[in-house]
Amino acid sequence: MDDQAEKEMSTSSGSWLGRLWRTIAVPLAAVLLAMLIGAILLAISGADPIKAYSALFDGAFGSMKAFGRTLAKATPLIFSGLAVAFAFKAGLFNIGAQGQLLFGALVSAVAGFMIHGLPPFLHATLALLIGASAGALYAAIPGALKAYTGAHEVITTIMLNYVAINITDYFADGPFKDTTGGNIVARTPEILDSARIPTIGNIPLGFVLAVLAAVVVWWLLWHTTLGFEIRTVGLSPHAAKYAGMKVAFTVILTMVISGFLAGAGGAIETQGIVGRYQPGFNAGLGFDGITIALLGKTHPFGIIPAALLIGAMKAGASTMQFDAGVAKEITDVIQALMLFFVTADMIVRKLIHARDDGGEKITLSGWGQQ
Amino acid sequence: MAENLALEIRNVTKRFPGVIANDNVSFNLRKGEIHALLGENGAGKSTLMNVVYGLYAPDEGEFLVNGKKVEINGPHDAINYGIGMVHQHFMLVPVFSVTENMILGSEVTKGTSLDLKRARKEILEISEAYGLEVDPDAIVEDIPVGVQQRVEILKALYRKANILVLDEPTAVLTPQEAEDLFRVMRHLTEKGVSIIFITHKLKEILNVADRVTVMRRGKVVGHTTPAETDQQGLATMMVGRDVLLEVEKAPAQPKDVVLSVENLTIKDERNVSVVKDISFDVRAGEILGIAGVQGNGQTELAEAITGLRGIDAGEITLSGERIPFEKPRWLVEHGMGHVPEDRHKHGLVLPYDLADNMVLCTYYQKPFAGAFMVRNRDAIQKNADGLMERFDVRAPSTAVAASTLSGGNQQKVIVGREFSRPLKVLVANQPTRGLDVGSIEYIHKEIVKMRDEGVGVIVVSAELDEILSLADRIAVMFRGKIVTVIDAKDATREKLGLWMAGSNPDEE
Repeated sequence: MDDQAEKEMSTSSGSWLGRLWRTIAVPLAAVLLAMLIGAILLAISGADPIKAYSALFDGAFGSMKAFGRTLAKATPLIFSGLAVAFAFKAGLFNIGAQGQLLFGALVSAVAGFMIHGLPPFLHATLALLIGASAGALYAAIPGALKAYTGAHEVITTIMLNYVAINITDYFADGPFKDTTGGNIVARTPEILDSARIPTIGNIPLGFVLAVLAAVVVWWLLWHTTLGFEIRTVGLSPHAAKYAGMKVAFTVILTMVISGFLAGAGGAIETQGIVGRYQPGFNAGLGFDGITIALLGKTHPFGIIPAALLIGAMKAGASTMQFDAGVAKEITDVIQALMLFFVTADMIVRKLIHARDDGGEKITLSGWGQQ
Repeated sequence: MAENLALEIRNVTKRFPGVIANDNVSFNLRKGEIHALLGENGAGKSTLMNVVYGLYAPDEGEFLVNGKKVEINGPHDAINYGIGMVHQHFMLVPVFSVTENMILGSEVTKGTSLDLKRARKEILEISEAYGLEVDPDAIVEDIPVGVQQRVEILKALYRKANILVLDEPTAVLTPQEAEDLFRVMRHLTEKGVSIIFITHKLKEILNVADRVTVMRRGKVVGHTTPAETDQQGLATMMVGRDVLLEVEKAPAQPKDVVLSVENLTIKDERNVSVVKDISFDVRAGEILGIAGVQGNGQTELAEAITGLRGIDAGEITLSGERIPFEKPRWLVEHGMGHVPEDRHKHGLVLPYDLADNMVLCTYYQKPFAGAFMVRNRDAIQKNADGLMERFDVRAPSTAVAASTLSGGNQQKVIVGREFSRPLKVLVANQPTRGLDVGSIEYIHKEIVKMRDEGVGVIVVSAELDEILSLADRIAVMFRGKIVTVIDAKDATREKLGLWMAGSNPDEE
């Protein structure tokens, strides 16, 4: 074997397990570091970190009911995480998952209370699909702007988030406002029972749908020609054009699917948890998707545990507040730290001495470029 | 003799995981000489120089600069000892002026602000002293590549380098620019600068070097001088076996016209015509070489033919059918093969494994995809295994990323993918740029094989030797026009060189 082939051998990834470890080492370390710093902050503010964390854990996993709450909290997060990760695969940073999710939540609520006379399963499915499609349509706007004018999706999706917040606020306080019983709060009427997505035992059906969605996304990305096109466009738009792929169309379609996922997250939140659209109830779920997508290494199967983790922190925060007397905002701080460490992965790699993929690439390009 | 040595490298060993890149390498550089370091891709030349420049720490070995032992722990140390490096890929800020680029990292200041005036003056002085003309106020992205390289060299001289390492400096240059560079190099040595010249181009070594050190598989395998050897001798030392520098081919048997270009005009992004009213035909079973100095419209012409670029006037027909523009897929389905100019940008998806890269254009066709867009892994794998074998791609498996392969093997992946489809026309744009002798030999043989199987081949190349050894007919492009089409039998380097420069050798 010549030295070139030998070199290539040495860089090919080792065992399957070794590869998995290299992938999850940084997110895992980021989570632990964030928890550690969180503990220091708790200690500084005079609380007992161990007590606080055990209360947090109790609130998230302490009983079947608590566990069910964690699953419910994780459900929309899986969807928004998938939405962000899916767009990433085509090289798109969809910061607009929040806006798409709001449209999904509002439109499914409208479909949930305005459509009458459908059998439960059909009504719930229809409302979910209409809600998700609203998210998809809304995401098509930045997709088309990117594809045809080159407008950067980060800018357009951020802007469209504000548009979405204000439009949904307007509808919830205007045309679709709940006027029953002298209500003055901005919210839509309650959806019909036939539009509800039930919780079976302690397991919300929405969570099952979220896991199914992750499987479908995984299959779509890695086992279909469409997924191949999306990933090719993401990795090298020039090569995609050379290969005869329709780059502009793929960009729009990717945004549409991403928006569909975000919209589905909002719809399931409406139909499974809130029971109506009410401004503020979905705040931040789309933005959390960015953290979750990064924490999950933008892989569908990484997103499920990442969403469960953030979901658990949300579910356990109240218990922690009651039992340990700690402001539940500390969970937001920890979550922000996780995002920080996962994006600043150089720091984390230094700390845990993880093999640096990036550094290895630099070495290799110097070595291979002769 | 030691006092005559500008740099001495003793017994350097550098290991990377799983491979010894430099195995007990010794090398010395006399004052005022051009010492060529020759070797194939992956032989360890750049690694050695990166060790010298302090970018890699060697596992063993020592360095002497001007006879004194030194420790080099980073580029900063190297610069202090007067070692300057010009990388293959320039390290310039495109939007900065020449002066700004030059002082980057060693800024001259007046109080807290930059003293650009003084810097500009110093640069003019240096450029005059060494005979390297540059406009200090030009913006780097506006100046030609050859001049950018001059800026890189000046940058090193500005930092008081007297040992220059040039890493494959001619890879990005036109033949004329390369000649300019050689003149500059000789001039620099007269001024007392010593130069290490890394290359795998044999002709350049004979042309410019005083001594040659040949590396193979991380080891020094020999020393020689241009007077003692010739191209064949150098090639044999470098590869370790006899290689064919010229392609062996039978006379062409041209048949029907398969590709016809009529009155083609292409404008670039600034609405300037870069291809002007070009017409030519390619017949099945012949190789049409398109020669010309880089940037005379060849790239745009090749992109238009292969569907990567739209056109402004004219038409192209493929076996009698008018081709739609910017529809690469239509072309793939109608028998067009394309080895693109930039294999990293267009030809490969570097993070993908070889198997995926080998179906990059046909991934959606049977048997690679079935119903409901489902990809057929087995078929993709079988295809990859077959191509690896048939096109001699050297890689541990088809599952490694394309980015981990050497340039030669990357090009073999592209060639394998394109040549294994049923083709009528093949466009090969700079098919061997940056490749080592062994890979060039292989790819040239495959191109001739395609011709003999009845494919109409267009080879675009800035290397005259490549055109002369491959083509049956040669079209020369100059400023967007085809200035002549001549039979390869009647072509000489000199004649082509004059056509390429815009003059007509038959009139003079």
